[in-house]
Amino acid sequence: MSKDYEVVIGLEVHVELNTKTKIFCGCSTEFGGAPNSHVCPVCAGMPGSLPVLNKEVLHKAIAVGLATNCDITRDSKFDRKNYFYPDNPQNYQISQLYFPICRNGKVEIELKDGTKKFVRIHEIHMEEDAGKLVHDAATDETYVDFNRSGVPLIEIVSEPDMRSSEEVIAYLDTLRETIQYLGASDCKLNEGSMRADVNLSIREKGSEEFGTRTETKNLNSFKAIQRCIENEIGRQIDIIEEGGKVMQETRRWDDDKEYSYPMRSKEDAQDYRYFPDPDLVPIHVSEEMINEIKAEEPEFRPAKKIRYQEELGLPEYDADQITSEKHLTELLEGAVALGADAKKVSNWLMTETMRLMKETSTDADKLKFSAENLAKLVKLVESKEINNAVAKEVFEKAVFAENLDPEQYVKDNNMSTKADAGQLEAVVEKAIAANPKAVEDIKAGKSKAIGAIVGFVMKEMKGKCDPGEVNKLINQKLN
Amino acid sequence: MEKEKILALTAVELGKAIAAGETTSVEATKAYLDQMDAVEGAIHSYVTVEAESALAAAEAADAAIKAGTLTGPLAGVPIAVKDNMCIEGSRTSCSSHILENFVPTFTATAVKRLQDAGAVILGRTNMDEFAMGSTTETSYYGPTSNPWNLEHVPGGSSGGSAAAVAADECAMALGSDTGGSIRQPASFCGVTGIKPTYGRVSRYGLIAYGSSLDQIGPLGKDVTDCATVLEMISAHDEKDSTSADRDDIKFTEALVDDVKGLKIGLPRDYFGEGLDPEVKEAVLAAAETLRLKGAIVEEFDLGLVEYAIPAYYVIACAEASSNLERFDGVKYGFRTPDYADLHSMYKKTRSEGFGPEVKRRIMLGSFVLSSGYFDAYYVKALRVKHMIKDAFDKAFEKYDVILGPCAPTTALKKGQSLSDPLKMYLGDIYTVSVNLAGLPGISLPCGYDANGLPIGLQLLGQTFDEKTIIRAAYSFEQTFVDEKKKPDLTAVEGRA
Repeated sequence: MSKDYEVVIGLEVHVELNTKTKIFCGCSTEFGGAPNSHVCPVCAGMPGSLPVLNKEVLHKAIAVGLATNCDITRDSKFDRKNYFYPDNPQNYQISQLYFPICRNGKVEIELKDGTKKFVRIHEIHMEEDAGKLVHDAATDETYVDFNRSGVPLIEIVSEPDMRSSEEVIAYLDTLRETIQYLGASDCKLNEGSMRADVNLSIREKGSEEFGTRTETKNLNSFKAIQRCIENEIGRQIDIIEEGGKVMQETRRWDDDKEYSYPMRSKEDAQDYRYFPDPDLVPIHVSEEMINEIKAEEPEFRPAKKIRYQEELGLPEYDADQITSEKHLTELLEGAVALGADAKKVSNWLMTETMRLMKETSTDADKLKFSAENLAKLVKLVESKEINNAVAKEVFEKAVFAENLDPEQYVKDNNMSTKADAGQLEAVVEKAIAANPKAVEDIKAGKSKAIGAIVGFVMKEMKGKCDPGEVNKLINQKLN
Repeated sequence: MEKEKILALTAVELGKAIAAGETTSVEATKAYLDQMDAVEGAIHSYVTVEAESALAAAEAADAAIKAGTLTGPLAGVPIAVKDNMCIEGSRTSCSSHILENFVPTFTATAVKRLQDAGAVILGRTNMDEFAMGSTTETSYYGPTSNPWNLEHVPGGSSGGSAAAVAADECAMALGSDTGGSIRQPASFCGVTGIKPTYGRVSRYGLIAYGSSLDQIGPLGKDVTDCATVLEMISAHDEKDSTSADRDDIKFTEALVDDVKGLKIGLPRDYFGEGLDPEVKEAVLAAAETLRLKGAIVEEFDLGLVEYAIPAYYVIACAEASSNLERFDGVKYGFRTPDYADLHSMYKKTRSEGFGPEVKRRIMLGSFVLSSGYFDAYYVKALRVKHMIKDAFDKAFEKYDVILGPCAPTTALKKGQSLSDPLKMYLGDIYTVSVNLAGLPGISLPCGYDANGLPIGLQLLGQTFDEKTIIRAAYSFEQTFVDEKKKPDLTAVEGRA
């Protein structure tokens, strides 16, 4: 590389809102279901049907706009984007071009080295999702499933403010957290409830002008986004270095082969013939409505992080990790409210929960463990009803089971490690008598030698006692 | 009751006769079906006659009336519905090839309200394809003839509905009006028609032409029938975002013979060049009648009339080009039998499925929406639309009713306008502004030309003020001496 280049990236992020019903009709948005089972004349584009806006969609779009510091458009409108494709039942998509619901926002992102910066949001608009084409290889026929047709989406369009893949990931993470905290979407890239298109161009460092950008689609994981950005930066720099020109085009990323290929060039760009949808009346957003939505705003991650440290006394690291997933904060706050010790709950979430999530590739919201059961488990350990090893065993069972009550489970499976005090004392005495060498070492100051005696006790007790307590007892006896 | 007596009744009169036990819904339905047998071969008001389901509905209505569970002015009364309103289980083709086999899974709200009131649906009336036309000649299923003179068109696009009422093939009919499609055929066929205020009647189930202009309305034998039906179909519908939620819908209360002090404005722009002298004479005579009955009649300048047609065709065609995209051969309707790939399927299906006038308007609409032309045409047309509304608002500060002709001429001869679409578009000059401004309008007979073709009088009212124009129309109707009343169909009977 002979020159110093700078990458300029803007994102178009589609987020599927988690309303119960579709954006313009009463059909269920539930994923799955037999093809065309969540379909009515409206979302199937039947002649004579008319769209009616689901207020919940508007509500959630405004909530996302407020959380990302946008101006809310007081008089917003829907427009039709006209293009022919079989998954698009009317052959136009109802979207917003001229008066999107939110504009001029910004979100603060934090990079790994602690630096912070703002990414500006150009606009957020509401639109309907399309159906899905299903190809039957056996008959060589293609079928259309309109279950997804009319599922509400918001598209969040950023300004070209990002300068590295790290910034892009930080921006997406911030959006995801914010929207999850709002309860507006689960924002899962791999399931398609969050989709990102990357607009990227290269320019010489210090240049004020933008280079020609490409738009890359089909990115369904953070890793794919990162790989695609690195790949596209390299591709564009190579072209420029070789004296060529980057073409303005839409590209498709193939994450298996780790390369992108052009889908359509600017010349092929369709004329969508946007115009205001006459079937939908303009949307007026009142001050009152904005205030209402604001009042319902949850505590977001930055505030929660500070509160966890100040009120719950958690270390910064813990507060950061737990607040990365809204569901973990719900478990923590729920268990603490039931009287469990915050740090102990946090330890369970940070170590065991996160380990199990990683090992089984499970998202936090799929955890079956309730805050109540977590609190019970913590208390079982605290009261020495069970030791840590047993607690882990119970936890592993409970984490993916529907409402497994740890108290009941310990009882039913006779897992209590609470030893009879008299019995334990007798065993400790027996252990001391049986390990004169260790006793001698301890007395000589080799405190680690206690392990042999503890081990003897644990073996005799068949694990049903608390190692900490055993330790204490041995020391008492020897002093 | 014998057939002639039934056919001579208005819808409301027939409803009363059925309620009084003087006749039955089945008897009335049979009378209309008989009349169709006699005259349909010559007139062709219907695309589809649904005799079987009509008789079944009539039997059910008679039983419910007898049981006392069904009352109301339209209980058991046979009516017709324009072929662009969805009815569950009833082929709804919009008189197009592309929807030749289309059977909806739901019923349009306006139609449902009449069904619930006990009306019996006789069949689906002919229309210009997708309501695009002013003559009913663009129908894929062949033209409808004007009952007053079979060589002439019935007007359009609700030509089938107007002709069916005029030829006594139904007691009343539903039509739709995007640029005059109820009022102009009513005028050509010597019947009464109301285009309600935009938003008054739900559009749910009406297959859209120009969504921001379309309204469903009644075509009937007199003002009373139209007011009665309008009252029944006006209601807020949560399935139509543009439907109004208002309670000023007791239109029958406005059936009062009193125009004393009513301020009526005659726009000079509606009486200038291009207006047939016989039409002018009849309409001015109608104004004089109202003046003699105590109304204050004045001439004024409305303005902007010459901009109404271009603005209308830009907006209506733009919306139509998008509304008609869903007819693509993928989900329902006609699909071309031979195609190479998806693109060729779309292209061939739409090329073969749509008629020339529909294609012309799709192309015009696509053009005015395309990038680079959008501002010059579509946005400008919207601006004109607002200016026209402002001009009417200003006029209605002074007048309660605006009076003028419905069309520049009486019914044209068949074939005259198809060859010259621009000429056909110009025939909409007095009707399209009303749709652009969203106002209510009524058309009712006010005379005949030398050839015996009916002349229509148009009364326009302020937004949601149907009552005032209904009162003015009713008053005129009470005084107007209609020397013919009905077309003479004895010559066509039995002609197939």
